[in-house]
Amino acid sequence: MEENKQKILIVEDEATLQKTLQEVLTAEGYSALSALDGQRGFEIAKEEIPDLILLDIILPKMDGFEVLKALKDDETTKFIPVIILTNLGDLNDIQKALDLGATTYLVKADFSLEDVLKKIKEIMTS
Amino acid sequence: MKNFLDQLNFVKKCREYHLGLWQCPSFLFIIMGTMNVVAMLSTYMIAKRYDNPEIVIISVSGVSIIIFVIGSSIIKGVEQVARASMMKSEFVSIVSHQLKSPLTGMRWSLELLRGEKIGELNDKQSDYLKSAYENVSRMVRLVNDLLDVSRIENEGIKMIPQKISFDKTVKDVVKELEFFAKANNTQIKFKSEDNIPKVYVDPIRARMVVQNLIDNAIKYSSMKGNVEIELLKKGSFVCCQVHDSGVGIPEKEQKKVFNKFFRSNNVTKKQTVGTGLGLYIAKAIIESSGGKIGFTSEEGKGSVFWFSLPIASK
Repeated sequence: MEENKQKILIVEDEATLQKTLQEVLTAEGYSALSALDGQRGFEIAKEEIPDLILLDIILPKMDGFEVLKALKDDETTKFIPVIILTNLGDLNDIQKALDLGATTYLVKADFSLEDVLKKIKEIMTS
Repeated sequence: MKNFLDQLNFVKKCREYHLGLWQCPSFLFIIMGTMNVVAMLSTYMIAKRYDNPEIVIISVSGVSIIIFVIGSSIIKGVEQVARASMMKSEFVSIVSHQLKSPLTGMRWSLELLRGEKIGELNDKQSDYLKSAYENVSRMVRLVNDLLDVSRIENEGIKMIPQKISFDKTVKDVVKELEFFAKANNTQIKFKSEDNIPKVYVDPIRARMVVQNLIDNAIKYSSMKGNVEIELLKKGSFVCCQVHDSGVGIPEKEQKKVFNKFFRSNNVTKKQTVGTGLGLYIAKAIIESSGGKIGFTSEEGKGSVFWFSLPIASK
């Protein structure tokens, strides 16, 4: 049973956000993995090959753009859809992330958990 | 006339900017102008009196040096004002970004609690959580507004325009705000001409404007109103009008409506919600989309706010 769960990796350095996301995703029946910095995020992505990655931009060690680039440059991880989940809302940042291959870009403060969940489901089922 | 006199009162102005008199561009400019006139007259007198070109040259050079020195202090003064304004905008932008993370944390945690995903709540608890959640959401909106204002002032509002069916946008917003209207005892109606052509605009930004106007119309209808939204084609524009039967705007305040932080006197007494930023941002969005925005209003009877957006070329 455990094996059938879809895996979602949360790369988020704010403990509160990481915890709430994990809680909600687990409640929805996903298996949620967490990394608190960019480098660890990339390592876990390589080891576990999750079905989806939620990626913050402002992160210690490697920032979200660097992680995204590394993921998309790596043969084993380049097919994993990545949702950027950040509070940087400038058009330049959005454009940069989409150019690097992010599936979608959400500004955290503007989305409720429910909206985030809806987006995740949308992408997981497509 | 009063405006003109106000402009001349540079001492007061410099004090407002927190600048010393000798750093104040308008004061220095007047000194420089006076110097110029005096210098010209005296050069003329000297040249007439002494038949000696050296004296004239020396006096002209002396005056030029003084003008140069004053000129450079004017530039310094202007630079100082510009720097202060830049620091202010940067400050707003940093504060807003830093505020967003803890706010998101609060909002999501509250949402988790409210959703009863981690335990059941009694009615009282849900009520308080609901009000905490709404307050946090309001703060998020305020922070977003402040960020938008600082963007408008720094680099202008940036947009990604697309061809969109505007009647759908408006219909969606009306639907979304129906609940808020009901809570305010207000009837909300939407009517549209058939075959409204598509407009070329940033969908998220345009939605913000519609939301803001309807939200205002409901908010200021003082619990008994009718709000009617009408969409029509006018020449090469699509025009959206929001009629309300609310408190209206007193005539003498009407020209300040689109100013930053404007809040009308007749509402601040009753309504504390509102930042006075919505219409300022709406105007910036509509104008950078090539449209126009305006209103007519009568105190005690209501207002009509309207805006137009250019029809997308095929």
